[in-house]
Amino acid sequence: MNLLTVSGSPHIHSGNSVKKIMWGVVIALIPAMLVSFYFFGLGAINITLIAVVSCLLFEFLIQRFIMKTAVTITDGSAVITGILLAFTVPSSLPFYMVIIGSLIAIGVGKMTFGGLGKNPFNPALVGRVFLLISFPVDMTTWPKPLESAQQLSDVISGPTPLGLMKEGLKSGETVSTMLHDANMPDYIDQLVGNVTGSIGEVSAIAIVVGGIYLLIRKIITWHIPVSFLLSVVVFAGIFWLIDDSKYVDPLFHVITGGIMLGAFFMATDMVTSPMSKMGQILFGIGCGLLTMIIRMFGAYPEGVSFAILIMNAFVPLINSGMKPKRFGEKVQS
Amino acid sequence: MKTFKKGGVHPAENKIAEKAAIEVLSLPKRVFIPIGQHLGAPAVLQVKKGDKVKAGQLIAKGEAFISANIHSSVSGTVAKIEEINDTSGYRRMAVIIDVEGDEWEEGIDRSASIKKECTLSTEDIIAKVKEKGVVGLGGATFPSHVKLMVPQGKKADVLIINGIECEPYLTSDHRLMLERGEEILVGVSILMKGLRVTKAMIGIEANKPDAIEHLQKLTAGFSGIEVFGLKVKYPQGAEKQLIKALINREVPSGKLPIEVGAVVHNAGTALAVYEAVQKNKPLVERVVTVTGRSVIKPSNFLVRIGTPVSELIEAAGGLPEGTGKVISGGPMMGKALISLDVPVVKGTSGILLMTKAESKRAVVQNCIRCATCSDACPMGLEPYLIGATAAMENWEQAEKERVMDCIECGSCHYICPSGRPLLDYIRVGKIKVGQTMRSRSQK
Repeated sequence: MNLLTVSGSPHIHSGNSVKKIMWGVVIALIPAMLVSFYFFGLGAINITLIAVVSCLLFEFLIQRFIMKTAVTITDGSAVITGILLAFTVPSSLPFYMVIIGSLIAIGVGKMTFGGLGKNPFNPALVGRVFLLISFPVDMTTWPKPLESAQQLSDVISGPTPLGLMKEGLKSGETVSTMLHDANMPDYIDQLVGNVTGSIGEVSAIAIVVGGIYLLIRKIITWHIPVSFLLSVVVFAGIFWLIDDSKYVDPLFHVITGGIMLGAFFMATDMVTSPMSKMGQILFGIGCGLLTMIIRMFGAYPEGVSFAILIMNAFVPLINSGMKPKRFGEKVQS
Repeated sequence: MKTFKKGGVHPAENKIAEKAAIEVLSLPKRVFIPIGQHLGAPAVLQVKKGDKVKAGQLIAKGEAFISANIHSSVSGTVAKIEEINDTSGYRRMAVIIDVEGDEWEEGIDRSASIKKECTLSTEDIIAKVKEKGVVGLGGATFPSHVKLMVPQGKKADVLIINGIECEPYLTSDHRLMLERGEEILVGVSILMKGLRVTKAMIGIEANKPDAIEHLQKLTAGFSGIEVFGLKVKYPQGAEKQLIKALINREVPSGKLPIEVGAVVHNAGTALAVYEAVQKNKPLVERVVTVTGRSVIKPSNFLVRIGTPVSELIEAAGGLPEGTGKVISGGPMMGKALISLDVPVVKGTSGILLMTKAESKRAVVQNCIRCATCSDACPMGLEPYLIGATAAMENWEQAEKERVMDCIECGSCHYICPSGRPLLDYIRVGKIKVGQTMRSRSQK
């Protein structure tokens, strides 16, 4: 008879795989993607496509010709990086910048450290922040929703709600005047996504739908998104209660800008977030606090990217300090 | 429904042999009885080549504190005494007996009549369990009489009977509880007396409702025994997890269950104790499940210890075409056999056949730090981290990360999306750290 296979136990496997997880995240990103295509039209479609294709291409080239390892572009992780990078830039961004951003995201953000699983920082955010400091004007020129979808040339741009609020408060206006400004969308528009902003961040509802899918598939747990959002609400709420003419209400902060996208899709990146549940909660709180500090007191109107990247840097420390509770620990002296 | 809280996984149960009633396997021509079938020191030989032996006769004596007697499971002539491969993969000294007839030692009651009354004292019960070579039949094969001798200063207040059988595929305990329920309960009463406790809890997973119901009915005739259905979750049959699930006590790291006043015995062991004490019968046969998706006739056989695995497979319809792996035990913790000539020993709960396709391991990818291994670990460890420290041969760090707490249930390896062989690394870590700890304690 044939020889028997001998290996250590266990002899069965759950069938769970990196591919299933990564493509699950891609599926979860589809609602926000469709909304972005609706509001920003061809610009959003082009940028998403270019970002995904260039992320895949750079990963392929780097693995094939520089690292000389197996090519893993089908695992879906580079697709996620591409989509997330596209989601965090304006739909009017010149194509070459998208390509540069993808190269930085994949090359510096991921492959330099050894590829998937070894990168300390969220690759898409590395790419985004690189673009933000290299091309500040293009990265903060925001096409208006719907109008830009209908017009292919001559993009009409306007400020984001966060930018508008920050400028207004700086020039001495009160919060309520700014909330009633002609350029300020109401909360319904903000929830749906009918606002100026980065491609994929505009619709809170679409992002939550994707987030719920991730929770149901158990790709993420509630710990990071909930602690992130709650700490934003608490921090913003305290200031709002102190002086609601100078500080805008917590709901505005939660549904505006990149917090939703950050809380459900960026901070939850399993590679760059803590391992233990307690660590994840601490991480989420840190993301929320840093975001709010940058939004309220920083030079930038938005701070989600920086907040998450800074907290990424804390992850090794959090991991070594916050371990899961061992079985049989409490009884031990 | 009760269960343990921390970690755990739920593999497909695949209890395909659960409806197959226990069949007595016909006697083999030759048996191979290793003298080390239990945890602890091997027993000391009492026979030599050419000796005539009877079934039930002592052939090797457990002399060390942790050891167990070995009896012949057949009558015949000792053909050879030599090293053979056993289910663990190690070579072990074994008594090889050519079977002649089926003649039993005097005084062994092999009738089916149930003897409920036990008038023996605690000391006599322990002596009997020791004499008859009873060991834990769940797989760990720890000598049962040692568990009954509560160390000075410690006190047991509850006996826990493990009828969980959380390993997928295995059904031998399930069948025993259905077919030999009353004898098991008598065995439980004897164990209670041996431990001087008045309370016994039998834990059975909810996927065996017939066994739960059957034993619950029978407990009416016994005092102090209660049956609990537990939520199906692997590894609930692990001693520490079962104690946690049933009485919500956590055995401290590195300690034994007696630390929290509990002693755990397997349901099959309770039957062996019954037979040893009430029927004077040594542990010479056990129920073995032969199963697998490709197996023609999944079965539960009552098998004489020492019967070659090939005979069991033959009786279950023969070795299916394309068999890739043969496992002694279940798919989560069982050992892959190197040959079908190895014999059934006291700890063999099942023989699982896997096809070539099922035998393939997942392709190993980078760890994506998803923490599902930590979430699945019933001991609250971080398998990815212990795996990494072991891969780097950083044994000090592995010890700090409590590698020795690992119960080798395999949940981490089972659940890992990157297909990383975490338990392989951890086992190496346990061996290395164990050596260091032993040499430290000798200093």
